[in-house]
Amino acid sequence: MMEAQAIERDQDPASTVNEASKGHAMDISSLNRGVSTRTLEQEDVCIDVRNMNLFYGDKQALFDVNMRIPKKRVTAFIGPSGCGKSTLLRSFNRMNDLVDGCRIEGEINIDNQNIFEKGMDITDLRRRVGMVFQKPNPFPKSIYENVAYGLRIQGINKKRLIDETVEWALRSAALWDEVKDRLHESALGMSGGQQQRLVIARTIAVKPEVLLLDEPASALDPISTLKIEELINDLKDDFTIVIVTHNMQQAARVSDYTAFMYMGNLIEFGNTDTLFTNPTEKKTEDYITGRYG
Amino acid sequence: MRQPLDKWLKSGTPWVWLNAGAVAISVIMVIGLLALIAVRGLGHFWPASIVEAQIQAPNGNTSLLIGEIVDTEEVSAAQLRSAGIELPESATFVDRHLVKIGNRDVYGSDFSWVLDRNIVERTYPENLIAIERREWGNFYGYLLAVKEAGVTVAEQNAGENRIWDEFQARIERALTIHEAIYQIEKHEIGSINYALERLRLKQRRLELEGKDTPENLAELDAERQSYQQEYHALEARLADLNKEFNRDSFVAQVQDGRTTEIYFSKVVRAYQPNAMGLGGKFAFYGAKLWEFLSDEPREANTEGGIFPAIFGTVMMVLLMSVMVTPFGVVAAVYLREYAKQGFITRVIRIAVNNLAGVPSIVYGVFGLGFFVYFLGGHMDDLFFPEALPAPTFGTPGLMWASLTLALLTVPVVIVATEEGLARIPRTVREGSLALGATKAETLWRVVLPMASPAMMTGVILAVARAAGEVAPLMLVGVVKLAPSLPLDGNYPFIHLDQKFMHLGFHIYDVGFQSPNVEAARPLVYATALLLVVIIALLNLSAIAIRNHLREKYKALES
Repeated sequence: MMEAQAIERDQDPASTVNEASKGHAMDISSLNRGVSTRTLEQEDVCIDVRNMNLFYGDKQALFDVNMRIPKKRVTAFIGPSGCGKSTLLRSFNRMNDLVDGCRIEGEINIDNQNIFEKGMDITDLRRRVGMVFQKPNPFPKSIYENVAYGLRIQGINKKRLIDETVEWALRSAALWDEVKDRLHESALGMSGGQQQRLVIARTIAVKPEVLLLDEPASALDPISTLKIEELINDLKDDFTIVIVTHNMQQAARVSDYTAFMYMGNLIEFGNTDTLFTNPTEKKTEDYITGRYG
Repeated sequence: MRQPLDKWLKSGTPWVWLNAGAVAISVIMVIGLLALIAVRGLGHFWPASIVEAQIQAPNGNTSLLIGEIVDTEEVSAAQLRSAGIELPESATFVDRHLVKIGNRDVYGSDFSWVLDRNIVERTYPENLIAIERREWGNFYGYLLAVKEAGVTVAEQNAGENRIWDEFQARIERALTIHEAIYQIEKHEIGSINYALERLRLKQRRLELEGKDTPENLAELDAERQSYQQEYHALEARLADLNKEFNRDSFVAQVQDGRTTEIYFSKVVRAYQPNAMGLGGKFAFYGAKLWEFLSDEPREANTEGGIFPAIFGTVMMVLLMSVMVTPFGVVAAVYLREYAKQGFITRVIRIAVNNLAGVPSIVYGVFGLGFFVYFLGGHMDDLFFPEALPAPTFGTPGLMWASLTLALLTVPVVIVATEEGLARIPRTVREGSLALGATKAETLWRVVLPMASPAMMTGVILAVARAAGEVAPLMLVGVVKLAPSLPLDGNYPFIHLDQKFMHLGFHIYDVGFQSPNVEAARPLVYATALLLVVIIALLNLSAIAIRNHLREKYKALES
């Protein structure tokens, strides 16, 4: 498993660009590979959460979570505020390490490697597991430098390579046409929706395997939200996407699989259509029919 | 009646008035202060008319008074009577004038009081001349004759103006020679002296290291010989110039009819203020102002310019900023970002904040004891043993003054930077961390640039405090008169060990330590104004940088 990671790092990013775009084209041609024909159990597993408990100080926030998040699919976490869905999401790239007094029991395996293992390279984990936050958080730099940030962190300085990657990332985030003439202007001059897509571009520029989206559209207007959702749809061929959302319609629109969480427990996890039309759990049904939350 | 008053109080109107009143008073006080020092200070350079007054004393004696009326005040007659001045019974208040009569070499003092009621007649003769001299202050009177090598070449009667052009031409000549002499003395001989001193130190170092072999010494001697030769050549040229310089003189008549002979070498400029038009006066004013800003002081700092003090102040403040910024920023970053928040960090913060409240003279004493004697003394032992027992860094100087002020202002920078760091939104840090950046990379690439406006705020406050500080500087490096600037053409160009002049100290020195307080007072105002202007300029440039940074790193809407 360490070798896989090493190979990933050693790969010439330029060739990865080409591969990624090739892969993109290939995936489009095989779009009719319908998800509905497969069940959750048949999918390749990307993130495997096992018996996970999470505490903030004395307060337990997650209770014995077990879930297997499928590869190259969109998985949505829904649930009422404070149910732990963001906490779970932030565990996948160990952002909870930044919270004082946070303690985790159990395992999260990403590509068969427990991310809580001693000696885990957190910066590498975070490169492989990218994250987009609720509010757009572009750096106060130019659009170009925002996207190039992750590359520069990795010590990549070849201008041609960075140029190519920036263009690829911006195209992938459906932003290229809007910003190609003002790449070197400040990112803070963009609209909220553009900023959020820029943040997505910035995240995918380092070629992560997993993309964590923490309510990415909750601060945006409906049109920008629609663009983000289209973008998620485009990106799912290349990335495993996990999205936390308050908006059940959004979960229904963008996700292949949906997990419903309540009070720190994973209540139900399954095919999105099934979960919304025919939930097995009473709590899920109550929530999606608007009885609470 | 109660009801409306109650209502009025509740409406908040009185508080608005109170606040507006407080603001208005503050603004008026600031503007008033600036206006006062501006008027008093800048008025000094205006060429005042010279009055020739006929004075009749109560006992019938008449005399002539020539000079500038500097000040007029009203005094009670009783006060004057008790001083032994006869006044009629009817008078209760009388005006008296302070007249600058100049000619200290003739009368022994520059100023004279005269009662307004004793002045019989005032005239402003066009041909009265005022002469600024290198010593003995101003001269006021009439020009009589111009001499060359003791022989009269032109003369006129008092009050005529025939030989003015001849007179001016000879002043020009003297000034040209003076400039040449200054160049040689200050720069050429100065750098030879500097080189000779370095040779002496080199030889001493060789002796200390036991490498004073005959070959080495001969080499040094040869070098010294060539400098000596150069020096002798310059000396000969200097002697010639000095002879030329002291060739011409002129004869002039002062108010009581006495005549005096003055060498042209002593003249800075001569003018006839009563004959000047408005344009001429403005030109003169500009020249005087420029001299004030760009020239060196003369006559125990009461005449001439204050350029060395301006230079010293600005250089000290810049050095202080260069030292305090990295130090304060690093400390703040550690305190805010890395240190575990708890009891100890709280104690450190309290200590830092209290450091800002320590009286500045305490810093001066600390700087003298620790920096100058301890650090400087050890530096001398280690690096400059050849100069001992004369200290190099073990004596007050520019570096220690800057360092002391940096210590004085570091709390301000720490506090401001911490505030700035605390204001960076967490989402931005997380965004960087989520891309695989380490904490240090996040700090360096995102957080510190975004906090840079706050750092600049700290620097602005530090500059504002440091530039106005005088007390500690008197202990750690400021002097009344520095022989040379701390930045010059001699290797290593910046002389951090040198003592320097400072505007704040200059004000104190000219105003309170000067032998000629009356003459120096306007300069105190002018210097104070200049100090305020320089602090404002330093601050404005820092503010401009900050605004530029703010624009660049405009905070994300929180």
